[in-house]
This record gives sequence, structure tokens and C-alpha cells, in this order.
Amino acid sequence: MSTMAEDNESEDRHKRPPRAVVGSHRDEEEIFGKAYDPRIVQRIWAFVSPYRKLIFIAVAAVLTFTLTQLAIPLIIRYAIDTGMVAGGGGRANLAWAVVAFGAMVVINFGASFVQETVVGKAAENVLFDMRRAMFSHLQEVSLSFMDRTEVGRLMSRLQGDVNSMQEFLETSVLSVGDVVLLFGIVFVLLSLDFRLGLLTLSVMPVLFVVRLFWLEPARNAFMNAHITNSTTNGALAEGINGVRTVQNLDRQKVNFDLYDDKAHANLTTQLTASKFAQVMVPIVDTLTGIAMAVVIVVGGAMALNRELDIGVIVAFLFYIQRFFDPIRSLTMQYSVMQRAMSSGARICEVMDVNVDVKDRSGAITLTRDMDGSVEFRNVEFAYRANQPVLKNVSFKVNPGETVALVGPTGSGKTSAMALVHRFYEVNGGAVLVGGHDVRDISQESLGQQVAMVLQEPFLFTGTILENIRYHKTDASREAVIGAAKAVGAHDFIMRMPGGYEADLQQRGGNLSLGQRQLISFARALVADAKILVLDEATANIDSYTERQIQKALLKLLEGRTGLVIAHRLATIRGADRIIVLQNGEMIESGNHDQLMAEGGSTRASTT
Amino acid sequence: MNSDTVGRARARVKAPGHLVSAQWGQGLGTLVRITRMALRHPWQVAIAITATMIASGLQLAIPRLLGQAVDHAQGIIGGGQEAQSALWISAITLLVVSVLRGLFTLTQNYFSESVGHTIGYELRLAYYEKIQRLSFAFHDKVHSGDLITVGMLDLDGVRMFFATGLVRTVLLSVLIGVGAYLLISTDAVLGLLALSFVPFVAWRSSVAQLKLRGTWLILQEKLSGLSRVMEENLGGIRVVRAFAGQKHEMDKFDAASKEALNLTHQRVNIRVRNTSAMTFSFFFSMGLVLWFGGNMVIDGTMTVGTLTTFLTFMTILQMPVRQLGMMVNSYARASTCGSRLFNLLDMDLGIDDAPGATDLKVTEGTLKFDNVDFTFPGSGGQKALSDVSFEAHAGQTIGIVGAPGSGKTTLAHLIPRFYDIDSGSITLDGQDISKVTLRSLRQSVAVVQQDSFLFTTTIENNIAYGDPWAKEPKIERAAESAQLHNYVMGLPGGYDTVVGERGVSLSGGQRQRLSIARTLVLKPAVMVFDDSTAAIDAGTEHRIRSAIKRFAKDRITIVIAHRLSSLMHADFILFMEEGKIVERGSHEELLALNGRYRALFDLQVRPGEDIAPTPAEASS
Repeated sequence: MSTMAEDNESEDRHKRPPRAVVGSHRDEEEIFGKAYDPRIVQRIWAFVSPYRKLIFIAVAAVLTFTLTQLAIPLIIRYAIDTGMVAGGGGRANLAWAVVAFGAMVVINFGASFVQETVVGKAAENVLFDMRRAMFSHLQEVSLSFMDRTEVGRLMSRLQGDVNSMQEFLETSVLSVGDVVLLFGIVFVLLSLDFRLGLLTLSVMPVLFVVRLFWLEPARNAFMNAHITNSTTNGALAEGINGVRTVQNLDRQKVNFDLYDDKAHANLTTQLTASKFAQVMVPIVDTLTGIAMAVVIVVGGAMALNRELDIGVIVAFLFYIQRFFDPIRSLTMQYSVMQRAMSSGARICEVMDVNVDVKDRSGAITLTRDMDGSVEFRNVEFAYRANQPVLKNVSFKVNPGETVALVGPTGSGKTSAMALVHRFYEVNGGAVLVGGHDVRDISQESLGQQVAMVLQEPFLFTGTILENIRYHKTDASREAVIGAAKAVGAHDFIMRMPGGYEADLQQRGGNLSLGQRQLISFARALVADAKILVLDEATANIDSYTERQIQKALLKLLEGRTGLVIAHRLATIRGADRIIVLQNGEMIESGNHDQLMAEGGSTRASTT
Repeated sequence: MNSDTVGRARARVKAPGHLVSAQWGQGLGTLVRITRMALRHPWQVAIAITATMIASGLQLAIPRLLGQAVDHAQGIIGGGQEAQSALWISAITLLVVSVLRGLFTLTQNYFSESVGHTIGYELRLAYYEKIQRLSFAFHDKVHSGDLITVGMLDLDGVRMFFATGLVRTVLLSVLIGVGAYLLISTDAVLGLLALSFVPFVAWRSSVAQLKLRGTWLILQEKLSGLSRVMEENLGGIRVVRAFAGQKHEMDKFDAASKEALNLTHQRVNIRVRNTSAMTFSFFFSMGLVLWFGGNMVIDGTMTVGTLTTFLTFMTILQMPVRQLGMMVNSYARASTCGSRLFNLLDMDLGIDDAPGATDLKVTEGTLKFDNVDFTFPGSGGQKALSDVSFEAHAGQTIGIVGAPGSGKTTLAHLIPRFYDIDSGSITLDGQDISKVTLRSLRQSVAVVQQDSFLFTTTIENNIAYGDPWAKEPKIERAAESAQLHNYVMGLPGGYDTVVGERGVSLSGGQRQRLSIARTLVLKPAVMVFDDSTAAIDAGTEHRIRSAIKRFAKDRITIVIAHRLSSLMHADFILFMEEGKIVERGSHEELLALNGRYRALFDLQVRPGEDIAPTPAEASS
């Protein structure tokens, strides 16, 4: 059966492979929400409110700006009808008109300056504040949330969603101006001449209706264009980042065809979007033409009959050139708001994530003179209800003692370690550090007395020096070098160009795993905590570095209480006591020789 | 919104100037080349340009028609019926001109955009193909973020040149040129006054655009710094918490954030100063026209209609003149972006099929290295491998061991021709690998890399990456052999679970097992495990090894590892040091040799004891 299937494969190979894809394989998030959601607006307002003075100034400037724009055709009208007439008064009136015009221009200049500066800067400030609040909140939320959530998703909250709020903030202030301009033009036209005004304005509803029908499909077309563009770019990025694997597995040909599909789909959607964008041009132009024709025929006849001043006609013609602009931006504002509401909802979602682990009021500050013991007292723990990870675990690590935790994958070792640092709350029982329940200790002081070394050493971009004194930013250079020497990292650091000032690439990419491990040891040594919690790396490291690490580990544990998730025989042998976990239960404890004598599961679980 | 891809790429913008720097002479050549690309679509270009000229002509007619209409309404040509019908004629002409102007503007915009998008499409394909085929040596040298930037942002710069550069040049020349002629021929003084804002606005807008472009690049760099801080923090949140580093992290964030914010404020300032000044100068000219024109009307040397023509003409010209800056910017952008892009497109592939290359035919499966020397390009002539010779046959397992940097991976990368050797030869069944087609070679050689890339797609697709036609049972079998199946079945989505950058993240060991499964789907003649079990515990590794025993029967297996237990069973082992094979033989033979291999073995078996490092290790 399976051989038949395999034989058939060769025939299919001319066709495009059924499952292959290039680029991201992910559902898009919802982009548009309700246009107005009071709860979200309220939350956003909380960020805007510190700048409300600026916002009021901006709104005032926008209004002033709009009024000068409205006034200018009126001044021209005045200049024509009272200035440009035969007789002595004419020239003086013209002079007045030009002076008024000049004044308007100066006001316009000032208002536009203030408006754009204030709106631009205030929106940026709000945006940065929002991002900061979100980022700062993420520093506090429980790790179980962080475990569940991909970094990429959070990053798109912090970047994409925040940016779409900026657009919303900027255009919201400006659309105040648009509304005023729209009503202003209507008002001025009707008061200049009611009948002519009404006739001219009759094209406006037409545009409104057309825009309403146009909006939905056009927006979809724009979104499609946007999406295909970013998926095509995503596929390109993937092709570049994975180029070695692509060449290794000889996928160039297949990928090229798939990419062509994406790029071509992008071309099609871009052209469709372009059609939708451009189709409004002749419609607006036609309506403008109709409005102008109406003014000329009706207004002209009235002027001939001396029922209307010629300047009014000129003013009408000027207003007509402008009066579709506010309609255009206001209908656009609708989409901007929808987008902002859905981004806002997602931002609020992040801000609302519970901070499960909090200092209780009057939390104790753990000091260095505590005894350094760690105790688990009937600890029950689960990430999800009904899936217990630790069941009634009790043990005590005495001050200065090193205890190795061993057990198969999934036995709960890593969770136990995380509980010492109160990354999560226990469901039952208690974890005690220095004799105090961790829930009674302030998190900051707990962090200071418990140093952790994780299995995958995580280094930050920056110099080696900064990384080693990550915990104690004020540690002296000498202290850092001392620690590096103690763990045997000094030599390879000095061999790097720049030594301690050498820049680490993202996540320490320019160091080997073993070297990163040593640096993370040095970091723990500088932290100089009374208790060390360490998850030994399972990964293979070249033998020389490996031995360095073993030595460094002894150094690190000197004079400290150690709780080590051990994978290596040497570490297990060196421990004062061994605790064996299986399926969340403690099944054995004792020193190496005792356990070997018992012939229990230690032997099976060590490598 | 899937803006994070873009965001990410932008975030990596490092003003990729160091990639290829553009010179002025080259810039001109670039613009010519883009224009030529556009001309490959002669009909679309012709329609776009013609429509542009007609549209701008119609645009110019409107102020004049309005002026005439105003004159008619004033009854200048006489009263009654005659004036009435003149008004009707003006109105209808105006309507027709407006409609036509709209239609031609649509045509202009649509066709110029479509030329741009078509060029963009062609360039995307060419770029993608090129990047996928450029050799490892190239990719080692160039930062992937820079390549993404070129492929997205530079490509956009080139694509938009036709619409925002060339077509706009035609539009503005007609509007300003013909407009100026019409105005000045109507009245020289008033015409000059009406146009007086043009040079100032053109200058300011060009300066502003160029300045904004400069600061944009810096801003992207700052934003990339900020997103790096955030990304690292979120990725390393456990370390942050473990060391109570929140405060320190907030300080880092604030510093990066502040820098970016300051720069955005600066950019607001640049923009505002210029737009306000431009508006001011425009209205200033208008005031002058109103004053002098008004006086002429009073003196009876000009009609109100003509004055209206002047004023409406200014209104019409305002927007395009403000866009002059964008046009200038478009030229600047296209020439720098284009130079970078074209330099990449024109680049030599480095490694390609030799002329007349034939497909590799694997018969017995014999791999032979014969006095191979190899130097990394740009390493200053220091040999990465020298005088490497060995021979392996189907069914054999070869172990390679040595200190980091001794050339193990390099050796493995020569077999599928990721790099070309300096001298000597590598043959598969007697065929020199540099003389066979790359496709056939790479299909026959599979390397399980140390750090292989996960694509953001399902686990199934990832395993079948090298053979997307593979059927499910085959994929599952491969996953079973790689000891991945049970883990996958434990995932809620099973084989349909999406992994990769935006999916479920796999641990180092799981990634390595997936990458082994990927290779097991293929049927290579040579299979290389490049330290690809480093993050897998010894027990699992043992199970993998027994599972693939049958698979390894008729092919050559090369195992590179630090852990001797991974390769002790090999038919023969090569011990490498500084690019040379210094010891070779089976495990027993090498132990008996009492050399470096022996020292390494002792070190691993008795790690707690103090043993003097071998010379190789001490120098690593």
C-alpha cells in the first residue's frame, strides 16, 4: 500500500506540491471593530488626559485655522464688490480688504504652526506613554501569561496597535476642523445667497451617498492590497532568513513558484485597490463641474439681473473648490476609528492581564543575614486545573547545602525551581525561603537573595561587562573581572576583540553555548545571592568548556545554598543530597551512594 | 494587521549604506535603468504620459473658463439673451472639461501606478530568485536584515519612481510651464506676482523632503533599538525576573524610547516649519495679486473675470508645487535605492552550475576527498582546511571530532557545494561535484544543520520541507525515527500545529529532532549530522540512532559531534585540528594510538578529575 503511494509520487512531481507554502502561515487578526466603543475611548482618554491642555490648544488652533480658510473667499468677495468699483471709496476699500487678507494670512500661519506642532507632538507623546505603560505592565504580569503568549504577538501589540492609535489621535483633532469647515461652508453659502446656496449644495448629498456605497468595498480592496503586500514581504523575509535551509533542502525552484503566486496576487490586489482609489476622482470632478455650472448659469443670470453681486459668484467658485475635501477626510475617519477601536481593544487586553503575583502589604524585606534555607511544605501546584504538576512535595534544603533535583522530563523539576522564585503561586502548601513564606517576602528582596541560572543562558545585546553585572548595575569592573576569573570565563573574554567591552550580538549569538553558560555563571556570582537555583544545561558542550563549567559550578556553590536540577553525573555525585521527582511526586531522597545502593530510578534517569 | 513583518524589517533598517554605497554617476545610470524597465511596457507608459498631458491641459483651462464666466455674468459682452446663452455655453464647457479632467486624471494615475506595480512585481521575482541562489559566502557576509530592507523598502523606492518621479515631472512641467506662459502673456506683472510663490515653495519643499528622508533613516535605527530592547526583554523575561531586573529594563526602555521620541519631535518641527512657511508664501503672493489686480480692475485695465482666472489658477497650482519636494525626493530615493537593488541583482552568484553540467548519477555511493584545501573568502588567506583526504562508501558511518573551529562543519559544507574549494577535488562516484548540476548534487547530499531554520508553518510542512510531495505516513515514519512523533501527538494540533517564529516555539532539542526528521524524508546518498544531537539527551539520541540504522544501510552517514558516545560506533573517525586531519581510525584504533582522541575520551569519561588539556583544546 505504502509502496504504491510512493510510486505514484513521482508522477505528481510536475504539479505544484500540495502542501508547500512560503511565508507566514497565520490567521490575520481582526482589523476593524465597532466605529465607536465608549469603554475603549475612555481607556484611551486616560492616556490623552495628561495632555488635555495641549489638546485644547490644538483644537483651538484647528478652529482658528479653519475659520481663516473660510474667511479668505469672503475677503476676496468684499474686495471685488466694494473695492473694485468705480469711484473714490473703491481703492480705500480694496486697501482694507488687502489688509484684512494679510491679517488672515498671518493668523493662518500661526494657527497652522501651532496646530501641526502640538497635534504631532502630543500624539507621539501619547503613543510613547501607551507603549511604556504596556511594556511596564508586562514586566509585572505573571509568567504563566508570558508562557502562553508568543513574543511576536506581544510585539505587534507594542508596535502595530500602538501605531494605529497614533493615526487615530492625529486625525481626530483634525477632523474637528473638517466638521467645522463643512458646516462653515454650508452656512456661508446659504447666508451669501440662500437660493443659490441651496442649489449648489444639492450635489453634496450625492457625494455622501456615493462615498457610503464606495467605502466598504474600497476599504476591503485597500486591506487586501495591504495584506498581500505584507505576506509577500513576509515570504521574502523568510526566504532570506532561512536561505541556508532552503539551499540545503533544494527548495529554490518550488519556493520561487510559490513566491510568484504571492507576488502576482499582490500585483492584482494593488491594481484593484488603485482602481478603487482612482474611481472617486472623476466622480468628484464631475460633481464639482456640476456645482460650478449651476453657479454660473443660475448665479450668472441673477448677476445679470442685478440680483447678485459678482463677488459672491467668485466666492462661491472658491468654496466649491474646497467643499469636497472635508467629506473625503470625514468618511476616511470612519475607517480610522474602526481600526483604532480594534487596536485599542487589543491594547486594553494586554493592560488588563492580571498581575497574579503581587507583594502583599507589609511584605518583609529579605536580608542577607537570613539563614539561606529553602523549604517546600506540602506544595501543590498546577498550571491548569486538574493537571497537577507537583503533588504534596515536601523537602528542606539546609543552609549551605547543595541538593540535586533529578527526574525525567515532565516530572516537575523546573516548576519546583520556579516556585522558589515565586514565578507562580502555589495552589496548596507553602514555599519558604530563609524561614519565611515567599508570599510574605517582597519580590525585589527575594530576587536579590535568590540567584537563578537557567538552562538556556539568555544574554542581552550589549557588552559582556553589562551582561555580567546585569543584576548589580553598580558592580565595579574589578568585581566583574573577579567573577569572570572565578568561573574561568576571563580567558576567552580577553581573547575577544574589545575584551569586556566586546559587544554581544542578539542573544549572545557570537558566543558558543558553553561560553554563554560561563557568562551566566559569572552573572550569578556577581549577584552574590545567598541561594542559588540552577538548571543545568542538557546540551552538549565541547569537553574543555564542559570541565570549566563543572569547576565553575563548584565555585558558584561555595558558601551558598544550592538547588540544582542536575543532568550530569558529576553534579549529582557532588551534591549533598539528591531528590528524585517523578510525575510531580517526590519518590526518593538521599545521597548518591544511598540511592545507588537502593537501585532506584536515579540510575535510570542519569545520563 | 500583518504589519509586523514590515515593522520588523523596518526595525532592522541600518541605513544599509554599507552594503553598497551609491555614487552620483551611478545614480544617473540607475534612473536610466528604471526608465528603461518602465519602457518595457510601452503602451501603459504612453497612455500614462498622454493622459497626464491632457489632464494638465484641461486643468489649465478651468481658471480661464471660470474667468470668462465671471465676465459674462457681469454682462461685459452685453445684456439679455446673448449673455444668457454665453453663460450656458461657459457652464456646459466647464462641466465637460471637469468630467474629462477627472477621467484623464484617473487614467493618468491608474496607468502610472500600474506601470510601477508591474515593475515592482518583476523586481520582486528577480530579487527573490537572486537571493535564494546567492552562495553561503555571500550570506555569511551580508546581514539578513539589510537584505530584507533592500527587498522591501528599496524596491518600493524604485517602484514608485515612475509615478512620483517621472509622471509628476511631466505634470508639473506642463502645469507650471504652460500656466506661466498663459498668465504672463495675459499680464506680465500680475503673472509674475502670481507665480512668485513657486520658486520659494519648490525650494522649501525640496529641502524639507530631503531632510525628512535623512532623519527617517535615523529614526528607523532608533526604533529598531527600541524594538530590540522590547523583544529581548520579552524573550528573556525569565532572566529579567530571576535577577529582579525590571527596573533596569525600564531604564533601558526609557532611554531607547526617549531617543526615538526626541527624533520624532524633531521631524515634526522640520515638517511644520516648512509647511507653514509654504502656506504663508502662497497666501502672500495671493495678497499681492489681489492688491495689484484689484487696482487694475478699478483702473479698468483688467476685468474681474481675469482676476478670478489669476486667483483660481494659483489655487490649482498650489498643491502640485508643494509636491515638487516629493518629486525631488523621488529622484533621490530611486537613485540610492535603485543602486543598492541593482548591485545585488547584478551580483555574481558565486556558486552556480558549470557550463555543460550534467546531473549527478549515484551508483555505488563513494565519496572521495582528495587533497582538499579551502579558504573562506575574505579571511585573509588563512586556510580553513588543508590537505584533507578520505574516502567513504555507502553503508559506512564516519565520525568527525575536534575542537570548535577545527574545520568540522566547514568540511561538511563543502560536500553539497555550499562553498567551492581552492584546490584538490571532491568526487561522488567519480564525478567531480563542481561539474554536476547543483540541484542533483544537493538532492543527493543532506546536511542536518546545527541550528536549522523553522519555517512558520505546520510541523508536517516543516518535516516535508525538502520533499513537499511526501505523503503523511512517510512524514510520520520520519518523525517516529527522529523521536519526535510522541511529542507531536501530544500537541493539541498534532502535525497541523504551526511552529516557527510566530507559532509554538520548540526547544533546542525538539528543533534538532525536527531537522533530523526533515532529512529522513529524503533519500540522500550522503547524510551529514552536523552536531545535530547536541541538545538531545543521550538516551533519546541512542533511540534515534537505532531507529535510523536501517535507513543508513545504503548511504554514507557523517556524524560530527563533541560527545564521543555519539560517534564511537563509526566505521572510522577523523580527528581534526586547525583544518587538518591529525588522527584517523576506528574508536579502538584511536584509543590505542594514545593521542589526542584518547585524551578527549579520558576527559569525557572521567570529567571530575583534573586532566591536562590536550594542545588542541587549550588553543581552542
